[in-house]
Amino acid sequence: MKNSLLFDFTIDKSTNTVFVTREFEADQSLVWDAFTKQEILDQWWAPKPWTSKTRHMNFETGGRRVYAMCSPAGEEFWSVQKYTAISPKENFKQISLFTDKDENVNSDMPGSEWNLDFSEAEGITTVSISIKHKTLATLEQMIKMGFKEGFTMTLNYLDQLLTDLKK
Amino acid sequence: MRRDIYQAIADPTRRAILTLLTVGALTPNAIAGHFGSSRQAVSKHIQILAECGAVDQTHSGREIYYQLNIDRMKEIDHWMEAFRKLWETRFNQLDEVLLTMKKNKK
Repeated sequence: MKNSLLFDFTIDKSTNTVFVTREFEADQSLVWDAFTKQEILDQWWAPKPWTSKTRHMNFETGGRRVYAMCSPAGEEFWSVQKYTAISPKENFKQISLFTDKDENVNSDMPGSEWNLDFSEAEGITTVSISIKHKTLATLEQMIKMGFKEGFTMTLNYLDQLLTDLKK
Repeated sequence: MRRDIYQAIADPTRRAILTLLTVGALTPNAIAGHFGSSRQAVSKHIQILAECGAVDQTHSGREIYYQLNIDRMKEIDHWMEAFRKLWETRFNQLDEVLLTMKKNKK
């Protein structure tokens, strides 16, 4: 595998937006499938030894994916991704929300707006993702809305992921 | 109200002040000199930065100097790094999946 595949990760603090760009050595339709078909998504979405478990996925505008990130200890962290726009093989947009296992949205946790662009040149597909935290219009507002607790929880969860990964 | 490091970087003026201080310690007057807004407004931002722990005060004679609290600012880098690693790992796994998909296609 090529080592020169681009990976770029930046955060714009002023808009609370995360930008992730990555190149893949595969054609666009294959990469598109990997992002939009549940049986493929579940193979890579969760960093091992965590697993991604999709309960329901209806990839169409107005549809949604209901899935959990499952820890090796058996804990499940549920989320729902609602697809708001789809241009096949080129772009899709979704709103991501944390929920409980019954799909009740956790109002203390911030939702985020995702935009995913796909393009191909010479057999290399580039995926550009932006994730805008919509309740984070200002960080001050976010703290007032109890964001901080939710955020810390997410970070502890990420730390846990990383700790597990090092084992 | 309890303040934290994320509140320090929530405002564009405060981010500009933090950027200025990366060069070195400055007095409130020197900081205010870089901005079009009133001294009181800048002073209020410096106060918030101090309450957030983003800057420290040192006294030199009759002057007060403000400097960056590097350790507190590193907290922000820490979570960014954790988040970056999550995406890196995720995509490395996707490389493997794509490779398998390509093989199966042939």
